[in-house]
Order: sequence, then structure tokens, then C-alpha cells
Amino acid sequence: MDGFDWIFFSEVLIGGLLAGVMYSLVAIGFVLIYKTSGVFNFAQGAMVLFAALTFVSLVERGISFPLALIATFAVMILLGLAIERTVLRPLVNKPPITLFMATLGLSYILEGGAQLLWGTQVHALDLGIEDTPLEISGMLISKFDLIAAGISAGMVALLSIFFRYTRTGLAFRAVADDTFAAIAVGLRLPRIWGAVWAAAGLVAIVAGLIWGARLGVQFSLSLVVLKALPVLVLGGFDSIPGVIVGGLIIGALEKLAEVYIGPYFGGGIESWFAYVIALAFLLARPVGLFGQRPVERA
Amino acid sequence: MDTVTVRKAPGHWPWIAPLLVLATAYGVIPFIGTSYLFEAILTPFLALSLAGLGLNILTGYAGQLSLGSAAFLAVGAFGAFNFNLRVQGLPLIVSIVLAGISAALIGIVFGLPSLRLKGFYLAISTLAAQFFVQWALTKFGWFSNNSPSGVIDAPPLTIFGISFEGAVGRYLFALTIVTIFTLFAWRFVNTRTGHHFIAVRDNELAAKVIGIPVLRTKLLAFAISSFIIGVAGVLWAFAYLRTVETGGFNLDRSFQIVFIIIIGGLATIRGSFFGAALIVIFPLILSRLGQLFLGDIFNSGVLEMSQRIVLGALIILFLIVEPNGLVSLWDRLRKKPLRLSRIKTIN
Repeated sequence: MDGFDWIFFSEVLIGGLLAGVMYSLVAIGFVLIYKTSGVFNFAQGAMVLFAALTFVSLVERGISFPLALIATFAVMILLGLAIERTVLRPLVNKPPITLFMATLGLSYILEGGAQLLWGTQVHALDLGIEDTPLEISGMLISKFDLIAAGISAGMVALLSIFFRYTRTGLAFRAVADDTFAAIAVGLRLPRIWGAVWAAAGLVAIVAGLIWGARLGVQFSLSLVVLKALPVLVLGGFDSIPGVIVGGLIIGALEKLAEVYIGPYFGGGIESWFAYVIALAFLLARPVGLFGQRPVERA
Repeated sequence: MDTVTVRKAPGHWPWIAPLLVLATAYGVIPFIGTSYLFEAILTPFLALSLAGLGLNILTGYAGQLSLGSAAFLAVGAFGAFNFNLRVQGLPLIVSIVLAGISAALIGIVFGLPSLRLKGFYLAISTLAAQFFVQWALTKFGWFSNNSPSGVIDAPPLTIFGISFEGAVGRYLFALTIVTIFTLFAWRFVNTRTGHHFIAVRDNELAAKVIGIPVLRTKLLAFAISSFIIGVAGVLWAFAYLRTVETGGFNLDRSFQIVFIIIIGGLATIRGSFFGAALIVIFPLILSRLGQLFLGDIFNSGVLEMSQRIVLGALIILFLIVEPNGLVSLWDRLRKKPLRLSRIKTIN
């Protein structure tokens, strides 16, 4: 391996890991809702778009940064509560596939609504983080990626603490663990679901701001969900540690493949390579990353 | 999906209604329809119905949700185009069958995860088909005969010396193919293998216990479904668009086909047609209504967004109010035509 450029390799690897953390950030929104209500929320990507578009449009209308953030947060909470009330509650106890379809419909409504409300043009979003390369022991690493990954990691830590040490977090875990037992001890399911959707909305804001600053706020932002799906398959729909490690694996392998294997295929393989990684992994080890569950994933 | 069962058409002669529809489609509509009706409504309706039929066999009957249908449409369209282009003197019908077989083979490959994964995990892994096929078809110019614009003309439709030209001809071409496959599907779901599909959907473990080869059944479901969707892709490209291009076979198209079977009714043959009819007609109605009430504000951008919103709302509404789709609504209306008000009380 004489001619192998280790510095370049490390740069690609670290870039991939940082991107992976950003994938996990989107995936966590799914996990929150799946864990507590068993709903596979395909609309998470649309929520990311909705949040980012709302925020950026408010800022463009001269509202200050923190105020816009608070307003967006309020909008996302209301949205989460409204979704729980109008979509989920009438569909309680329906098969999971029905609920999935409903969130697919929801993603159409949110995507259409966000763009009808705020327009379809691309908005630039400047978070005030410079995207300059940082030199660390000979490697060039994007400062933006580093900070974005830091924010994502902070978000994950925050959620973990929230789940672990707060009463609401305890209620979330109780519902996830055993829904009927949770109802029996007096937890109000609709209220908890509403809270979970609001929390997913908060995750969507953070993901929307970071991804929006990276890609520009536009329709394609809702497609980051497609990046998060293989992460979910790999890490498991109900495991926060799973999607973090899954995100890191997928991010790193994807970037490495793009750089080292991609040229042989004419490039552009990142649209499907993550899925192949996830599938290959599951074929070799069907229990997934952290699973001690039955051999077949259901 | 456990609420869905195999339904028989009501009445003593279940074949009367389909026969009447067929007689009208062949004997009346070609003489009274306008070319707008054929080109903008009926031909895409037939192609989408066939795609819905294919997906319904996989999802409705065999219980394997696929989100990658558009990939198989694309494989069918590009397959038929290339067989037709590269093999001199190959009859169109053979190209279409070969295109279907190509789609079926690719369907089997992307159906392999179904042996290990279930439910959402499987649904997401079918997205791999969607992205991979779309990527391969755009990346390798060979598939589109290195056409610089990426848009290629479909060949003329000639089968057994009969030329299907013009709007009516293409409509009849699509109608004939859809009729053949509908008959096949109708017979198929009542065969032993068809019942295997349903058994695997309803209880995989029980199916295994009574000796149904579950793995083979699942792969067969992927193969048959992909074959039919592939042929639907040929119709979409050759009879409707008259051009072969990757752009139209995107994720939205895949979702559209899922919506068709959800709105129409899972595990029904008629459901695919009902769903496709709604999906084709409602954007046209919406654009007319929009222009009527809103006038100039209602430009194409607004139209596209409001279509998305209305479609999404429609899906949710259907799931809440009529989870078994238009088919069950239709059957209820037919049984009790005078008591329309009952619909509300039932729900």
C-alpha cells in the first residue's frame, strides 16, 4: 500500500462520519415516533422541509433569528398536536401499514402546504457558521460539518437525558414499553403522542436548519428522509443508539465508496449505495446492530 | 392488512358487469370518444390500472409492501425499447414479453430481502430498487441508445400485422393488453398458488406449517407483480407518452401506484381500476375547478402544490373513512342504492 494516501483517506472517512451524524439527526425523528406509537412516520422529511422553510421565510421577512426560531418551534408544536388530533387519533388501532400510508399522505400535505405558503424558490440559509476547511494534523476538515455534527451530537445527548431523567421522558418510555400498562396506570396516550410529535417537530427544526444551511432550503430538503431510511434499517427503528452507530457506519462507508469505488461506475452511486450497505449487513446479520430480537425483523 | 379478504363481486353472474364494461370499452367508446379523452385520460388510466394490478398482486394478495414500482415500470419501458431496437425483426409482442421477463428477473433480485425482512424494513429495502434502477438507466447511455437529449421515440405499435395508430389505436392496444392481464390476474388469484399468496399474507407461520413454500411463494409474487408492472411500463411509455425517459419513473410515481391500490382497495382486481381512475381524473377536475374559482392566481405552480395537498388529504380521508377502498364503497352503494344515508351511520 505504498501509493495509498492515508491523509486523504482519513479526510474522506471523517467527512463521512460527520455526514453520518447528520443522517442520524434525521433518523432520530423517526425513532422518537416509532418507539412511542409504533407509527413509521414517513412525513418526518416533510416536517424537516416545513420547519426549515417556515424559519427561513420568517427570517427573510425581517424577524430576528431567535424570535424566528421560537415562532417556528411554536408552529411545529401546533403542527404536531394537530397531526395527532386529526390523523392519528381516528386511526388508532389500525394496522401499522395503514398508519404508514397516512403519514405518506401527510408528507404530501406538508410538502404541498409548505411550498404553497412560502413559495417554491430556493432560499439560502446562513447560520453564521463559516464553511472553511480546518486543518487538523494535515487533514482538511470542513468546519461547518464539524459544528453540525457537534450540534447533532448535543441534540442526541439532550434527548437521551430527556428520556432518562424527566417525567415526560419516563412516560414516553412507559408507553413504548407496554402501551396497555401505561394506559392502566393513568397515562394519557393522546397527550403523550401529541408531545412526541411535538418533540419530533423540534428534531425536524434542528435537522432542517443544519441540512438547509448545507443544501439550501428547497423541496429537495424533504428528500433527506431517503438518506435516513437506510440508517433506520441498519440501526433499528426503535433504537436511538442504533441509529447513531448506523448513521456513522453508513455515512463513512458511503463517502468511502463514493470516492474509491464510485469512479468505476461513473459516479453518483450515493443515491442507492446506502441501501445496499444496509441490506448486505442485514443479510449477514439479521438481528441488526443492537438487536437481540427474533431472527426475522418484523 | 388483516381486515382485507378476498371479495366476490355481488350478484349471481359476477362476469356480467365486467363483460358489459368490456363491451362498452371496445364497442362504444372508440366511436364516441374525443382524442383528448383517449390521450389524456383513458390510455394513462389503463397503464396505471395495470401497474396497480401488478402491485396489488404483491401487496394486496401476498402482503409484501413495495415502494419501488416505478423502477419496474422503467425496466419494462426501457427493456421493450432496447429489445425492439437491438434485435432486428423482433415482433413487438415478443419485445413486450421479454421486457416483462426482464422486470420479473429484477423483481426477484430486489425481492430477495423479503426472505429476511418484513413490513417496513422490507418496504424500505424496495426503495433500493427504485434508486438503483433510476441511477443505472440515467448513468449508462446504452440503455437510452446514447440519445443526447435522453428522450427517445417509442416505436410504432404493430402486432400480428395490425397497426395500432392514432389515439384510438393506442387506446385499443392498451385496452387489449390490460384485458389479457386482468383475465389472467382474475383467474390467478383463485388458483392454488394464488391462495398460497393470501396464506403467506395472512399468517406466514401457519402457511409454513401447512407446507406452503413461503420463500418461493414470496419470490413468485415479486416476479409476477414485476412482470405485470413491467408491461404496464411499456404501455405507459409506448402507448401513452410515446417516448421513453427516466424522469417519469421516479419515487412519486411509485407512491402514486401505492395510492392507487390503497384508494381503490387492496386485494381486489377492480380496486386497481377504481384507484387509477380517481388518480387520473382528479388532477384534471382540480385544475378545472381551480381555474373556475380562482382564475389567474391558479397557475401551474399553485396547481401542483394543491394537487399534492388534496391527494395527501384524500389518502388520509380514505384510510379513516373507507379503509377498504372505493371497491367497498361501490359495493355498498350497489347493494343499497336507495339508502345512501347509511354510509354515514356505518362509518
